Amino acid sequence: MQRSGTTRRKPFPIHIIVFLAPAVIIYTAFMIFPLLDSLRLSLYAPGESGEYVFVGLNNYQRLLTEPLWAPRFFGALKNNLVFFAIHMLVQNPIGLFLASLLSSQFIKGRAIYRTLIFTPTVLSVVLVGFIWRLILNPLWGISGDILGLFGIENQPWLGLETTALPVLSLVSVWQYVGIPMMLFLAALISIPDELIEAARVDGATAWHVFWKIKFPLILPTVGIVAVLTFVGNFNAFDLIYTTQRATAGPNFATDILGTFFYRTFFGIQLQPGNPTMGATIAGMMLLIILAGVLLYLFTFQRRLLKMDIQL
Amino acid sequence: MKKFFSLVFILTVALSAGLVAAQDETVTLTIESWRNDDLAIWNEVIIPAFEAQHPNINVEFQPAAPTEYNAALNAKLEGGTAGDLITCRPFDLSLQLFQQGYLADLTDLPGMENFSDVAKSAWITDDGSSVFCVPMASVIHGFIYNQDIFNELGLEEPETEAEFLSILQTIQDAGYVPLAMGTVDQWEAATMGYQNIGPNYWKGEEGRLGLIEGTAKYNEGGFLEAFEALARWRPYLPPGYQAISYPDSQNMFTLGQAAIFPAGSWEISVFRPLVDFEMGAFKPPLPEGADTCYISDHTDIAMGMNAATEHPEEARAFLEWMTTAEFAQLYSNALPGFFSLSNHEITVDDPLAQEFLSWRSECESTIRSSYQILSRGEPNNENDLWAMSAQLLNGEVTPQEAADTVQAGLEAWYEPQQRNS
Repeated sequence: MQRSGTTRRKPFPIHIIVFLAPAVIIYTAFMIFPLLDSLRLSLYAPGESGEYVFVGLNNYQRLLTEPLWAPRFFGALKNNLVFFAIHMLVQNPIGLFLASLLSSQFIKGRAIYRTLIFTPTVLSVVLVGFIWRLILNPLWGISGDILGLFGIENQPWLGLETTALPVLSLVSVWQYVGIPMMLFLAALISIPDELIEAARVDGATAWHVFWKIKFPLILPTVGIVAVLTFVGNFNAFDLIYTTQRATAGPNFATDILGTFFYRTFFGIQLQPGNPTMGATIAGMMLLIILAGVLLYLFTFQRRLLKMDIQL
Repeated sequence: MKKFFSLVFILTVALSAGLVAAQDETVTLTIESWRNDDLAIWNEVIIPAFEAQHPNINVEFQPAAPTEYNAALNAKLEGGTAGDLITCRPFDLSLQLFQQGYLADLTDLPGMENFSDVAKSAWITDDGSSVFCVPMASVIHGFIYNQDIFNELGLEEPETEAEFLSILQTIQDAGYVPLAMGTVDQWEAATMGYQNIGPNYWKGEEGRLGLIEGTAKYNEGGFLEAFEALARWRPYLPPGYQAISYPDSQNMFTLGQAAIFPAGSWEISVFRPLVDFEMGAFKPPLPEGADTCYISDHTDIAMGMNAATEHPEEARAFLEWMTTAEFAQLYSNALPGFFSLSNHEITVDDPLAQEFLSWRSECESTIRSSYQILSRGEPNNENDLWAMSAQLLNGEVTPQEAADTVQAGLEAWYEPQQRNS
């Protein structure tokens, strides 16, 4: 008995497999496998008779150097960075500002404001794109009347190379500002009242309380919001597609990586789709997003962890 | 176990009964199409006429959205779930499907002799040996105008470009928008602008075939002049045209805010139920000193057979019927603005459609310059024309720059054009 007792191992924890299985299977089948298969596809190119031939990293080299591909790719990348910058500089500060207003005790009807500001987020992007196209339409849109009140001349905002991308970025900001607001709000109201009261007793102004007490405490949320914005922006596609179609005009001024990928992969009008180059663009998108997220993990989050330890 | 066997038994019986029933019943053919606008016409006019003659064949028209058709059809063909009859896009998209074995060879289909070589040119292999779709219809470019506005201002249909521009000026001075067109969708500028007026400048087929052979260039002669002529439209476009879409411009015209719509004949059936004024049409104005007119009579739509269909006999019967005078007459009248490509004499009841059709006998016909062969490579010639025509009207490039860009794109991959540079 004793002997068998020493050789008897712990029974294999089958329940762990059972619990993990659904997530692992679904995630593998619908996320990991397609992702890897797409990366594999990007290493192939159609040969003479149309069958796929392995070409190594040649597609990536073409995308980054050939005059046919490189300007479009870097143009889309630049536009995507602008799109991201506008979200970081407009959406997230406004979200933080609204959240700190809504976390204040002195504002009435906070639940109503919160709901109203969050509502566009749950609307369909197709709907948002359509509504804004109508609002900004130079023929029947109301933007002209409203801007006229402030003495601003109406422009074909979505038709000019200089304005189309900023305007669409702001439409996206309008739609999604509710998400950072909610995240910031949740972080702000979880700050213990004692900390704030103690600061007040020590004579800190509201301004000081915010920047010296509240902001450092919600710093992890700031990081999360930045990463979510980054990932969301570099995967964006739908708003541009619904307002400007896959041509992402005028003159590719609103072309971001998502629309560039779509045009390449599925083709447009007489241009047949090119799945291998499409997969190459998808591969580059994955790399860019991965780089951004890793940067966050290894710099921002690591510093936060250190701070936790020091505390 | 017994239960299992009885279940298998029941299933077998049910399945075989189903199969027998299917054999007894009529055969159902499914048509794949991007013409979702035509659903009612197919269901109420064309299909009943065919089914009356072939009571054992049941035809179903299953259209997809135009922008999704190509991708959806490819996916369905690859997955083996596509319909029996396939509506064919012109030129390479269908040629590719034929070369991949998805479309059946129809060269020996009885009735094919009713189509001219030009009609078949869009659905034939490069060496001319195999035809794979039955040509259905072409669309003709021109200008549709609001007759009430023309009467009010005492205007006549322009013959020459100079007359055209002076009419545009008069309309603008009277406070109407002269041309209902925007550039945000890009294709309008190229299709309804450049390819509409262009054939008069590059002398139709002569210029188009010149591009294919490498003897003509986009940045010289007629092709450049057409860009220059298009640039002269700029002052007469609606305010904010850079952000005006195709549906916007259609609405401007049907609401009577704009006088002239640079059009394709397919607009007739779209506009007809929406307007409460008389519409007229004039053909693309002639440039200075020209006396022969050329029109874009573009082969646009055809019908082919899925090579993997389970009912090839019935599908061929349908295609054969599509070559008859009866179909030509039915189709051209049900869809005014889509003109049958067959050689049968047909009459069109719609006066506006008849006007477009009459130009075929007055002018030389050609098709859009970029569709045959030239849009095979990257960058795609048609897409380059979209982008540059829109850029030109937006005032971002000069006609010469637009022409140079399009030519450079073509020379980048098209060998006959590389030879002479």
